[in-house]
Amino acid sequence: MRVEILGAGPAGLYLAILLRKADAAGLHTVTVTERNPPDATFGWGVVFSEETLGALRDADYPTYLEITDTFARWDAIDIRYRGELLRSRGHGFAAIARKRLLAILQDRCRILGVQLYFDNEVTDLEHFGVDADLVVAADGVRSVLREHHGFRPAIVPQGGKYAWFGTDLVLDSFTFLFRETEHGLFQVHSYPFDEHTSTFIVECQEPVWRAAGLDSMSEDESIAFCERLFADDLRGHRLMSNRSVWQNFLRVENGSWRRGNVVLVGDAAHTAHFSIGSGTKLAMEDAIALANSLTQHRDDVPAALVDYEARRQPVVARFQRAADDSAEYFRRVGHHTGMAPLQFVFNLLTRSGRIGHAELTVRDPAFTTEVDNWFGAGRLAPPPAFAPFRLGDLSLPNRIARTGAPNGAGLVYGEFTAVCADGRISPATPVISQAALPSEAGAKFALRLGHAGARGSTRPPAEGVDIALADGWPLVAASARRYGPGMAVPAELDAAGLDRVRDAFARAASVAADAGVDLLELDLAHGYLLAGFLSPLTNHRTDEFGGDLPARLRFPLAVVDAVRAVWPAERPLSVCLTVADWHRGGLTVDDGVRIAGTLAEHGVGLVRVSAGQTVAECQPEYRRAFLTAQADRVRSEVGVAVVVGGYLTTVDEANTIIGAGRADLCELV
Amino acid sequence: MRIGIGLPTTTPGVSGGLLLEWARQADAGPFSSVAVLDRLVYDSVDPFVALGAAAAVTSRVRLATMISIGPLRSPAVLAKQASSVHLVAGGRLTLGLGIGARLDDYTAAGADHRNRGARLSEQLAHLRALPGDTMELLVGGNSGAALARMARYADGYAHGGGPPRAFASAAARARAAWHDLGRPGEPALWGQAYFALGDPAAGTAYLRDYYAFTGPFAETVAAANLTSAGAIRDLVRGYRAEGCDELVLLPTVADPAEVARLAEVLG
Repeated sequence: MRVEILGAGPAGLYLAILLRKADAAGLHTVTVTERNPPDATFGWGVVFSEETLGALRDADYPTYLEITDTFARWDAIDIRYRGELLRSRGHGFAAIARKRLLAILQDRCRILGVQLYFDNEVTDLEHFGVDADLVVAADGVRSVLREHHGFRPAIVPQGGKYAWFGTDLVLDSFTFLFRETEHGLFQVHSYPFDEHTSTFIVECQEPVWRAAGLDSMSEDESIAFCERLFADDLRGHRLMSNRSVWQNFLRVENGSWRRGNVVLVGDAAHTAHFSIGSGTKLAMEDAIALANSLTQHRDDVPAALVDYEARRQPVVARFQRAADDSAEYFRRVGHHTGMAPLQFVFNLLTRSGRIGHAELTVRDPAFTTEVDNWFGAGRLAPPPAFAPFRLGDLSLPNRIARTGAPNGAGLVYGEFTAVCADGRISPATPVISQAALPSEAGAKFALRLGHAGARGSTRPPAEGVDIALADGWPLVAASARRYGPGMAVPAELDAAGLDRVRDAFARAASVAADAGVDLLELDLAHGYLLAGFLSPLTNHRTDEFGGDLPARLRFPLAVVDAVRAVWPAERPLSVCLTVADWHRGGLTVDDGVRIAGTLAEHGVGLVRVSAGQTVAECQPEYRRAFLTAQADRVRSEVGVAVVVGGYLTTVDEANTIIGAGRADLCELV
Repeated sequence: MRIGIGLPTTTPGVSGGLLLEWARQADAGPFSSVAVLDRLVYDSVDPFVALGAAAAVTSRVRLATMISIGPLRSPAVLAKQASSVHLVAGGRLTLGLGIGARLDDYTAAGADHRNRGARLSEQLAHLRALPGDTMELLVGGNSGAALARMARYADGYAHGGGPPRAFASAAARARAAWHDLGRPGEPALWGQAYFALGDPAAGTAYLRDYYAFTGPFAETVAAANLTSAGAIRDLVRGYRAEGCDELVLLPTVADPAEVARLAEVLG
């Protein structure tokens, strides 16, 4: 078999090694072609986890020995934030100079008889690998071979501006630095990779970068800027450049990684934001997987490529998702700088969803105990979800909420209760006058109060949702827009109707107050009547209650004000709020945050975050914890207490979300 | 977890007698359902005709579409076909619906492709509003919109196939949609996979042809064809562990002996 590999990075070289190694009979010709000279250096150190090292050990022991011989290893993550240094242990990492790694791989290639061609820019891609059985595009993010063979990658910039420096400061941990400036927040991702040097990546958001004048600085000037900015941390050490220009990280994704006998590996196939430090790891694991697939399919190239893609794509997709979450965290970390240091660190460590409270407890029990004790303001404090919660007169024994039976939850939501008969969802929906309003032993009771609007007059949800009754009641809504197929067109509420609905909400709130309801929640979500006013998709009114966002907010605010006036001041008022419509032209999370802010000014103390359902045909983003990012935004940008659901099924998820300050209460399924 | 078997309505070399024989054997075997695919522009048997015929020679198994491309038919025609099979079968129809993946099916049917999602919602609302509605409805598809449609109108989710891990991820999303729309309980979760025990090469060649329109994905589907007892048992174990309620094993070879072969593997 003849294999032609373009690109002598870690993926290309390691694949060449593994292919030659698997070829006891010496039948394979493996060629690696590289446009740069063998000693060209880009970047500084690259990082591996302990798990990756195990895979490298199993794949090729000689390179594993050489690599680990020159490794810097550590198990701590340090975070310098607001003048404090916090450390979390138990995170096994290792790093090596990229240049050293490539030299080891090149030497091993030579020993194994791989043909290496450096300084060899391939301009005639048409003829590259024409005689080969397998052609490998290992030529990086901007792969020319990928483009030549008609792959259609999605390539988008992700995160802020960053520059990859080295420093002669030798660290003993993975270190994150956060530095606030008059222009905004800068952060550093740094780690040692040999006995003399550390990688030092400086990152900031583009507006900050421009405001600081970095867009017009020379390379020397920007090094001097960063050295000044992080002088306290560098302690007299210097930053070193190696074509360390400011750049945008490019996220690469390919629907398919194979085309005929051409296959993509490493950055040519996919990238994952540098903040989870997985680029080299993923590249070398690609090489291992591809070599294994070829072995398993006895060099039947098409079958092996299908197998390689099927094995690797789901794994890489998970890393990309985690990397996306991590990149998003760093994009928004400026909103978290008000957090106490311990919480800030817990939030940072759990940013990508790969590590939660339980996993962190395994890695570093002392650190989690510290977080729990800080959160619970005591010693031997329980994990965050079991810390008591207080808001006004409402005092909860823990931070778990459920609908229906309490099952240990501190807060129990009752079923949707209509403020008046035409506000029912189905004939089975209770109206406030007939609602059971218990205060269950142990749990506090939250009443969900609403008016179904355009989604009324349907069958009970056991039989499906939004199935119109054959003989229902007339509907009212912000505008005369049918919610779903088969449903009635609601009448647009007129002035008298608006007063009637507002008064019904206020009356219902009085009833709930008298009945001893602990928490009152108004439903401004789900495409029901009040939510229908908020969204431009469902509010087409031409009076003062339609138009721009302040106008669309006017009626829901009138209802909130009327309810707040009769609802006891010491008892909290909550809303369930649609913060995004998940539909083109609808509300975005930016709008949702503005709406939540205005509601908070009108006395709403707790927001239960919801999204979608404003219109039936939307594009929800269902997955585990699908509302957490939105909840985090509302909580950190508005400063209001937040309840989040979004398909949370474990207490560990709740401990992580609450401990990290992404929400105050979690609704478990 | 229950296990169903597909009827070979889209494989080459099918006769009416073969389909009936297949259905009879499945009804006698350990299978809980017989299921069909739906493809207009491909040499295949209409799903409702096939299930109607199967209804006449079976008494026990459920009859399922996994899935039928709803918007190729008008809501009233689809409802008539489905409720007729349901009636003939004594209430044994499980109607799985989706939007399919091929533009040419829509073109050939003279159906609008652009609003296919919204049209499927209309059909589901129409089916659900039928008087005396007892038909079990499933919806397939990967998008958030498809999952919301499933949770809004159907009784469960029809997954499109893949390794257990892919099923698990889709199942979590289906449950998330179900709770988000306020449905009580849990959605029924159906999975599917292809198998060929008698003549694996023919089965795999058929899959390559059937999925040729997907480009490189055809090879992925062909490679996943379960061609050994071990592979079938592994997949069954994996799906069971991920909470699948009913796994339908679809044939890729139209040989009635495949029913007995599969029954033997499942023990």
